[in-house]
Amino acid sequence: MNESKFSKEYLEETGVVQICPEDMIRLGLVAGDLVCIRAEQRSIEIPCVAAKEKELPSGLLFMAYGDWSSRLMGSDTHGTGMPNSKGTDVYLSKVCPIKKD
Amino acid sequence: MQNELKVVSNATCTFCGCVCDDIELTVEGSHITKAKNACVLGKAWFLNHEAGEGPIARIRGKEATVEEAVEEAARILVDAKFPIIYGLSDTTCEAQRVTVAIADWIGASIDTTTSVCHGPSGMAFQGVGEITCSLGEVRNRADLVIFWGSNPAESHPRHWGRYSTMPKGLFVPNGRKDRTVVLVDVRRTKSAPAADIFLQIKPRKDFEVLWMLRALVKGLTINEADLVDTGVTLEQLQNLVEKMKACKFGVLFFGMGLSMTRGKHLNVEAALALARDLNAFTRFYANPMRGHGNVTGADNVVSWQTGYPFGVNLGRGYPRFNPGEFTTTDTLARKEADAAMIIASDPMGNFSQAAREHLGSIPYIALDTKETSTTRAAAVSFTTATYGINVPGTVYRMDDVPIPLRPAFESPYPSDEKILRALEKKVLHLLQAKLQVSN
Amino acid sequence: MAITIIKGGKVYDPVHGINGEVRDIWIKDGKIVAPQILEDELPEKVIDATGRIIMPGGVDMHCHIAGPKVNLARKMRPEDKRYAPHVSRTSLTRSGTIGSVPSTFATGYLYAGLGYTTAFDAAVPPLSARHAHEELQDTPIIDKGFFLLMGNNHYALEQIASKDSEKLKSFTAWLLESAKGYAIKLVNPGGVEVWKSGGANINEIDQDIGHFNCTPRQIIQGLSQTAMDIGLPHPVHIHCNNLGIPGNWRTTLATMDALEGRRAHLTHIQFHSYGGEPDDQGKFCSKVQELADFVNSHPEVTVDVGQVLFGETTSMTGDGPLGYYLHKVTGKKWTSADTEMEAGCGIVPMAYKEKSFVNALQWAIGLEWYLLVKDPWQIAMSTDHPNGGSFLAYPEIIQLLMDRTYRQEILKRVHPRVLERSCLKDLDREYTLNEIAIITRAGPARMLGLINKGHLGVGADADITIYNESSNILAMFELPYMVIKYGKVVVEKSEIRLQVPGNTLHVSPSFDPGLVGGIRKWFESYYTIQFENYPVTEEYLSGGGTMIPCSKK
Repeated sequence: MNESKFSKEYLEETGVVQICPEDMIRLGLVAGDLVCIRAEQRSIEIPCVAAKEKELPSGLLFMAYGDWSSRLMGSDTHGTGMPNSKGTDVYLSKVCPIKKD
Repeated sequence: MQNELKVVSNATCTFCGCVCDDIELTVEGSHITKAKNACVLGKAWFLNHEAGEGPIARIRGKEATVEEAVEEAARILVDAKFPIIYGLSDTTCEAQRVTVAIADWIGASIDTTTSVCHGPSGMAFQGVGEITCSLGEVRNRADLVIFWGSNPAESHPRHWGRYSTMPKGLFVPNGRKDRTVVLVDVRRTKSAPAADIFLQIKPRKDFEVLWMLRALVKGLTINEADLVDTGVTLEQLQNLVEKMKACKFGVLFFGMGLSMTRGKHLNVEAALALARDLNAFTRFYANPMRGHGNVTGADNVVSWQTGYPFGVNLGRGYPRFNPGEFTTTDTLARKEADAAMIIASDPMGNFSQAAREHLGSIPYIALDTKETSTTRAAAVSFTTATYGINVPGTVYRMDDVPIPLRPAFESPYPSDEKILRALEKKVLHLLQAKLQVSN
Repeated sequence: MAITIIKGGKVYDPVHGINGEVRDIWIKDGKIVAPQILEDELPEKVIDATGRIIMPGGVDMHCHIAGPKVNLARKMRPEDKRYAPHVSRTSLTRSGTIGSVPSTFATGYLYAGLGYTTAFDAAVPPLSARHAHEELQDTPIIDKGFFLLMGNNHYALEQIASKDSEKLKSFTAWLLESAKGYAIKLVNPGGVEVWKSGGANINEIDQDIGHFNCTPRQIIQGLSQTAMDIGLPHPVHIHCNNLGIPGNWRTTLATMDALEGRRAHLTHIQFHSYGGEPDDQGKFCSKVQELADFVNSHPEVTVDVGQVLFGETTSMTGDGPLGYYLHKVTGKKWTSADTEMEAGCGIVPMAYKEKSFVNALQWAIGLEWYLLVKDPWQIAMSTDHPNGGSFLAYPEIIQLLMDRTYRQEILKRVHPRVLERSCLKDLDREYTLNEIAIITRAGPARMLGLINKGHLGVGADADITIYNESSNILAMFELPYMVIKYGKVVVEKSEIRLQVPGNTLHVSPSFDPGLVGGIRKWFESYYTIQFENYPVTEEYLSGGGTMIPCSKK
């Protein structure tokens, strides 16, 4: 984006995880709930939203590439210069709801 | 003068790798009020453009003159034992050329954002070659267009309309009606509804599916059991192979869904090899969907000046290439680099945690058009003018076609090239002085 | 004004019939001048060339050094450079890689270091002209330019099919002006378009080019005539159909015949002189004599050789189907890159081996060409760099031509069947230094129409190479004593002393502006960039550029 990387839009776009609607129900999540995502030794806490109908299959999460998704990325590039940043195995859990606003 | 109205025709949008050069800009003073022909991303790029704020130069957060900042930047680079230079995908080739020169003079590693997007595609290209073409070939000839691991509806909105699926062309006079469009992805993205065929494969199964397709093209027998866990059926693949062999001109556009996922360059090698193999039956091509406006230019400039596309180290006085060894994520995460220069990129916002931490601990120089996590933590930072909007020069479209820029208005900030030229001069001056002392 | 004098050297200036006479050369403002009377001032520099040989700077009229396919080859082949010598950075010069496709700065330094001061890239798609110019700006010291791929250009084919020579002339002139190119290049005329339209090729010059309703013969005739009509300094530059295919000599001869007396240059002729049958390697043989006979009786036709040298290199060509053919033959990686409306491209790693019958015969065929063309003004030295080998092999070729004993020694080492399929063993001609000066500078400069290059007469550009006279031909030509570019010493004792930018040489023929509207209409129907963004502007010309005038006719 040409706007600031500190703009509300950019932060909102890259600062959520999309989960398929069925998984949201299964895990008792509603949009805006904070979830914890763990990959190896790294973890982040981030709000979730339901993906558009059929966009994601069950078990697959989507995050736009940015600050938060990169925090889950390892630094091993397997000799390519690029760490795996897609198709990463993660554990997801609900963070006890603390209403922020 | 403030609100003088002017129209800039044939302006070039550098927001994404499509590099559309048919934009008509209406400019009022230092605002662009209309960007005719631009897509939603391009409109945001032009219409929301605000010149950066604050001083041109800062040293450790404090305002400085350009001369002071250039002097300090040169000192950091010349004093470093293992300097690295990174970024470059959002600036002109003219600026990139000066940057590689600086890297050469100081013996730095030079690396571009290619290493974290299509770097693996570059490695795959070195493995098998590439059957590629300019986008106009697709426009005029393609009757089968496949997108794999790419979501053009959101990432390259005009790709379909301008180049690949919609336009009428010499041998496809009816445009979209003359073409079959296939999308392969792990997600049913916003691009899916526009495709004739959508194959939803399981994550990390790209290589397997591509390899099965190669086998089918070669006439080998595949069993349904071989496709377990791929998300696709044998019938789907056989159907696709028939279409690929029967088309007159097929093209496979691959995105970072292939290059950034496990297997990386091997995934892309499989795609490139599939397209190559199909030339035994028809003409078939594979093209990467490049992201940034001039990432393709960065590959070209680094290649013609050093012989290698990215991840190049000049520390021994000549270019050496080794992804994984000289690429930026690695040199940072392994804590090797002791100084850096970041141009038009934000590694503090999108690198791995280990890489960010090390970058934050070493002195570095940052050039950007606006404030980022990277400019905030820089020892020396420069706010520069935006290429394409304020700065003329050359950029390369994703298919290697070079395109000139027609800026809309002048920025109060200098171009990257101008700062870098001053820096090169200062660096050479300091190196001369060093040489004299050691003699 | 500062004057430089080169004193006491043996001068080889074939244009002026000077053949090893000791003469002084006077230089002022980058040009060669008549000896001056110096009254108060002393010459700025006096170069003692006693015991040395002086020639004009070398001119490479056909190589691949800049632009999209060259850069694709660099990107594709890291293995070509990893163990190869490199160019190290100095306080004055940039570093680079070599291999078969050197990086840009290295290319400039290596040519200069070899005593070459001008080189032309032979195949640039007009759409990529801006890219080629950017690389040439980063290729220092030498003057340079490029030929534009036109033999498969849709607009040109349409005008040829409809026999509209006025439109063809205007288009050609407009295209050269827009791209800041130098000459018209045909590559496998019509064949690349056939390849792009479904994967087939053309195999004889009267074959119809599918949807365009014209033939290679018509392209050859139309564009050779156009080059003459618009007064280009260099005639049409032809890479014939069927490159590399056994039996292709018939196509080459047919191409020469099709010219019907028009001026033309046939390039890398070695690759087009094969006897035999396409599918039978057993009958592969040389047909140089038959083709050389034609050249010997047609002074309007010139050739460069495209000599093959043994070793590894990279094949790169605008001949798309040739790339595919080489990929199938070698099994090596393959890059192909097609350009809309204009051109194709193929890149494949190559290895020429002494013990391979085919490769050894190719080597012999190249040498036969040098030795069978009677008038050295009709033949230029080339390796079609990097296709037959690197330009760095020129001293090796000079040795092969000047020393028949050396030549026969190599001939004994290569595949024995070459002795029966080539007449090389019977050729005992040895080139003289004067003849070497012709085929490496005077001749190519004349073929290119560069009236200020390739000679040392008054008014010539002061591009001069000084060699140490030696019986060791290889050492003499590999390491010139001194190289002078526009009057300035750029190389001395194998080191770069001064990095000048070198000028881009281009033409600007006139055209009927009333016909541009039609070109624009066509362009806007098919291209994916804007018509206004197509022409290359002056700021892309290295050293500000030098426009070489077209002749009025």
